[in-house]
Amino acid sequence: MIAWRAYGAVGLGSALGSTLRYLVSLALAGPAFPWATLAVNGLGSWLIVGFAAYAARRTHGRVARWQPFLVGGFCGGFTTFSLFGLETLALMHQGRLLAALGYVAVSLVVWLGAAWGGYYAGHRLAVARG
Amino acid sequence: MSIDPLVLLAVAGGGGLGGMARLAVGNLVAHYLGAGFPWGTLVVNLSGALLMGLAAGGLGLPGPEAGLAWSLLAIGLLGGYTTVSSFSLQTLTLWQQRRKAAALGYVALTLGTGFAALLVGAWLAGGLT
Repeated sequence: MIAWRAYGAVGLGSALGSTLRYLVSLALAGPAFPWATLAVNGLGSWLIVGFAAYAARRTHGRVARWQPFLVGGFCGGFTTFSLFGLETLALMHQGRLLAALGYVAVSLVVWLGAAWGGYYAGHRLAVARG
Repeated sequence: MSIDPLVLLAVAGGGGLGGMARLAVGNLVAHYLGAGFPWGTLVVNLSGALLMGLAAGGLGLPGPEAGLAWSLLAIGLLGGYTTVSSFSLQTLTLWQQRRKAAALGYVALTLGTGFAALLVGAWLAGGLT
């Protein structure tokens, strides 16, 4: 793919993913624990690995063409590492050390658990569709 | 819940630019350090964490109503620039390739240096308030 097209697809997907992440944060605003970021990072991890596992078995067809938009764009913009880190720091700053440690531990389990689940979902879908 | 269209536009614009910057930095790092280890995502997340620390120190931690500057820079630009999805995919891939030490090292390196970068950024900007 020509470079500028990849940048266009990634930029568009990332704008969409970031906007959706912000809307999720508004919808889940209020509680003193950063559930919204946990949810988007888990969902995004599930989706990116699911797509990668699906695309790996379907090299023919149009699947690969969606990769910049969906993987580098949407999933990349939807999930966020910097806000996760800042929220952890903010919890520590509030003196809620246990919540901060819990947030990091639960996040790691959710991210990698979702990735693992996404792998099997994408793999199964590709096999089912031949 | 009320949605300010200007804030939404700032988040979308910042997120789009952040995603393109992530692609550029990732390509550049992979060009120099190779693609055997996810250095690109690591550099993106570290630099993003450092800048997020600077933003939080400079603008202050956001309250319930985030301002336009915070929406553009932190939620949009840096939020879209950094990524967890690629990190999860790369960790799983390293593990599936039986490079378990590399997978564990990647997780430890991302979290350890990520938090350090955030703290350094916040400290450089005068600390969190």
